[in-house]
Amino acid sequence: MQQIVNFIIKYRNFLLFVFLLFISLVFTIQSHSYHRSRFVNSANFLSGGIYSGLDDITTYFDLETHNEQLVEENNRLRARLLNTRDSVSQKIDTATYHKRFQFTTAKVINNNYTFKDNFLTLRAGSKNGLKQDLGVITSKGIVGIVDNISKNYATVISILNSNSQINAKLKKSNHFGILVWKGGDPNIVDLIDVQSKAPVKMGDTIVTGGKSTIFPEGIGIGTINSFELDPSENFYTIKVKLFNDMTNVGHVYVIENLDREEIKMLEQQTADEH
Amino acid sequence: MNTSITRNIIRFVFLVLVQIAIFNHINFLGYINPYPYILFIVLFPIGDNRGLLLFLSFLLGLSVDMFSNSGGMHAASCVTIAFLRPWILQSIFGIAYEYNAVKISKAAFGERLLYISILVFTHHLLLFFLESFNFSDIIYILKKTLFSGAFTILLCLLFLTLFSVKRK
Repeated sequence: MQQIVNFIIKYRNFLLFVFLLFISLVFTIQSHSYHRSRFVNSANFLSGGIYSGLDDITTYFDLETHNEQLVEENNRLRARLLNTRDSVSQKIDTATYHKRFQFTTAKVINNNYTFKDNFLTLRAGSKNGLKQDLGVITSKGIVGIVDNISKNYATVISILNSNSQINAKLKKSNHFGILVWKGGDPNIVDLIDVQSKAPVKMGDTIVTGGKSTIFPEGIGIGTINSFELDPSENFYTIKVKLFNDMTNVGHVYVIENLDREEIKMLEQQTADEH
Repeated sequence: MNTSITRNIIRFVFLVLVQIAIFNHINFLGYINPYPYILFIVLFPIGDNRGLLLFLSFLLGLSVDMFSNSGGMHAASCVTIAFLRPWILQSIFGIAYEYNAVKISKAAFGERLLYISILVFTHHLLLFFLESFNFSDIIYILKKTLFSGAFTILLCLLFLTLFSVKRK
């Protein structure tokens, strides 16, 4: 017993080092796997508060671009509103009308794009009705998926994150693939596993597929920058240039699919039966 | 003694705030970010309080991690260089270190540069390795370590010169 105590006293610094290193490595490994409820994240009271305060100062530098983006979006929406063909004849029965998606606006208070796993922090949390696994978009295209939430803040797994996998398809032909990011250029993401029969052309538009319950179908992602067949000639790997400038994201919309619970439950039920 | 504690607390808070508010967003050439917050470990008073240094380094790294959503990468790198610091000091300053007579701010430029460089490159190498978590990215890791490290060393020396106390 005496010897054990002596050993601990003699090597206390080394033991402390090993202990602290072990804790940090556990946190690191956790951060590399998708969706583990993480203890250290920027959605907590302290870091959220400080980012929020900093953002109040720096937001003025980007006001002009954000205004331009808003005007552009208003312009597009106005054009759609005024150009609808005879809206009177399309009767919408509000009694049976089923609302599928709910939107919440949020301000981005922190944004990374230089690491391999990038996150954004939003000033909106459970208080504003945010939940885990909701989609985040801007007026131009997708941004990411909500990860951790606190009362007032939320972190978002950016599409520029090696853990992010989003279902996407060609706008023209419905051939779908998986959107991933392998690091490097923050304007380019990869669309992998697209069937070789798909009619892929440079400049074609890529949009979200309707296969997940996170994003609605048809939200813009980007255009095809280049593409190549894999050696087995079964699948295309497509480089997609994003519509969004991920290095400058100001205000975002968080989308909640109101049917999500129902769809999940049904899928679970089907999986259980077989 | 009290002024030393206050000074170190202020240094801790100041370096973390400057790191998350400014240096995490430099993105020079798209991927080069300096991490001068490890100046806290560089400047921590030299003495027998190694356990305290380890613990504070862990807290320092964890605070930066919390703000950059990076799990425990900074914490792991900081704890490692804090653990290695006595041997690095010993090999650079030799006999002066054993008599507790080393002052970083008064050391010769060459020795100071060597001491900071070893700490910075060890920290960065470990940090970027933990970030990519993949041996196949080794070229990318080394490139990032080299460029970010040079940037950090430059900033550390700048900070040291700017905030050095001149006694007449």
